Amino acid sequence: MRSVRLARAGLVIPAWVAIAVLLVPLVALLLKADWTGIPAHLANPAVVPALRLSLMTTSSSLAICMLLGTPLAWLLARSTHPVTPWLRALVTVPLVLPPVVGGVALLMAYGREGVVGRTLLEVAGWSIPFTPVAVVFAEVFVALPFYVLPVEGSMRGLDPRYDGLAATLGASPWRTFRTVVVPMVAPGIASGATLAWARALGEFGATITFAGNFPGRTQTAPLAIYAALENDPQAAIALSLVMLLISVIVLGALRGRWLR
Amino acid sequence: MTPRLCRGTARVTSPIVAAFALALGVAGCSAAGGAPGNGPTRHTVVVLAASSLTESLTAIAQDFEASHPGTYVQISFAASSTVVTQVNQGAPADLVALAGTSAMGPLDKSRIAKDGTRSMASNTLEIATPPTNPGKVNGITDLSRPTLNVVLCAATVPCGKAAAKALSVAGVVAHVVSYETDVKATLAKVQLGEADAAIVYHSDVVSAGIRVRGVQIPATVNQTLDYPLIRLTDDPTTVAFMTYVLSDQGRKRLRDHGFLTP
Repeated sequence: MRSVRLARAGLVIPAWVAIAVLLVPLVALLLKADWTGIPAHLANPAVVPALRLSLMTTSSSLAICMLLGTPLAWLLARSTHPVTPWLRALVTVPLVLPPVVGGVALLMAYGREGVVGRTLLEVAGWSIPFTPVAVVFAEVFVALPFYVLPVEGSMRGLDPRYDGLAATLGASPWRTFRTVVVPMVAPGIASGATLAWARALGEFGATITFAGNFPGRTQTAPLAIYAALENDPQAAIALSLVMLLISVIVLGALRGRWLR
Repeated sequence: MTPRLCRGTARVTSPIVAAFALALGVAGCSAAGGAPGNGPTRHTVVVLAASSLTESLTAIAQDFEASHPGTYVQISFAASSTVVTQVNQGAPADLVALAGTSAMGPLDKSRIAKDGTRSMASNTLEIATPPTNPGKVNGITDLSRPTLNVVLCAATVPCGKAAAKALSVAGVVAHVVSYETDVKATLAKVQLGEADAAIVYHSDVVSAGIRVRGVQIPATVNQTLDYPLIRLTDDPTTVAFMTYVLSDQGRKRLRDHGFLTP
């Protein structure tokens, strides 16, 4: 009996420590907030442009992720080519790569002196760093795996006979994809889109490295929080609470899938 | 069932317990080490320093370690404002070096050891451009050109404050594309060729060598920052390292990296 109780304590205590690890910082954020002053802090000239920029860039990033990621997920789910497993591994790289490394890599590729960026500048006169476009590049780079992996998972779970059936009825592969596959994996698309959007919203390292930090142009909400922490900590806390609220809403949207 | 569960649990928890013990042990060591004048002499000096000191202070620390065998200097570089925030939040540190005395303003003075502040060096501003100077920057007034990508330090860090002051004295509204978190991040944008110009310290231009080109800022608008070296503990190794930084050898290293020394 005693050993059972001991064993149980051995599991329960670390479990509660784990809960505390997650909960203490969030509660601290709520406790340290100057609640009555929040409207005034949110009126800080850096806050509104940062939130607006974050919304604009993350929705663009999400659109790009869906447009490019859905076909990629389909390819990964259906292709039997020996290269496919390697492609799948490649898609997961940004998941484990420190975001700042992603930013450096983006600079090497699309910077003014970059592998692609130099040509872009010479031929088209486009310079990507320090623009909102650079923010979108950074966000797509880090968020794409969060979209592709869940969508690919649901597509792999789909019975390939549906495709075959649609084909025997005369549907083209594109029509099959559009009218059979996509509707059937809609829940996967929804959760992938939510996760990718949330990841893009929180993006910091790749953005500050590749896009820089300029209020209204490349200073997204996380960058504004970091900048505000040193001169107006309460504004940083207020903006953090907005981000926390958004995270909770995202969690609510995913509730059906994860919290059941 | 019961004994198996128990054995299994024990197997799972023992590495965790071991890890905890290790963590506590390590924390215990550093806590004991952090208390000044307690127990045997500690041989590690923890320094928090302004990022503009990256090359010079690293070189001085290496010299010190070489001439004082058994000592170890651990330095963490960040923007001075970040360093001050870290100290005020209780970061364990023995010595703090800041860019400019005004950065000391928000520092928790109760953490400074008695008679623990000395001036170590001073620094001025300079414009850094890529070696080829693609933006053809020849002076501070050129920074207002709208075709130019100018990068400055954020207004919260000393180099950003000083740059803003110099620009306003010169009456120049620079075409800024990014405000970076510290002076080395600012300089990096020029080294990578992404920015045409940045306002950094003279010491950064000297330390970067051929990787950037310096463009002078006239003395009439330039700003001078006096770097304080602040001791937080009375630990003998820390005192020895502080003395070394302020010695002729230390000051020579600082001058080699473009600082001015008293």
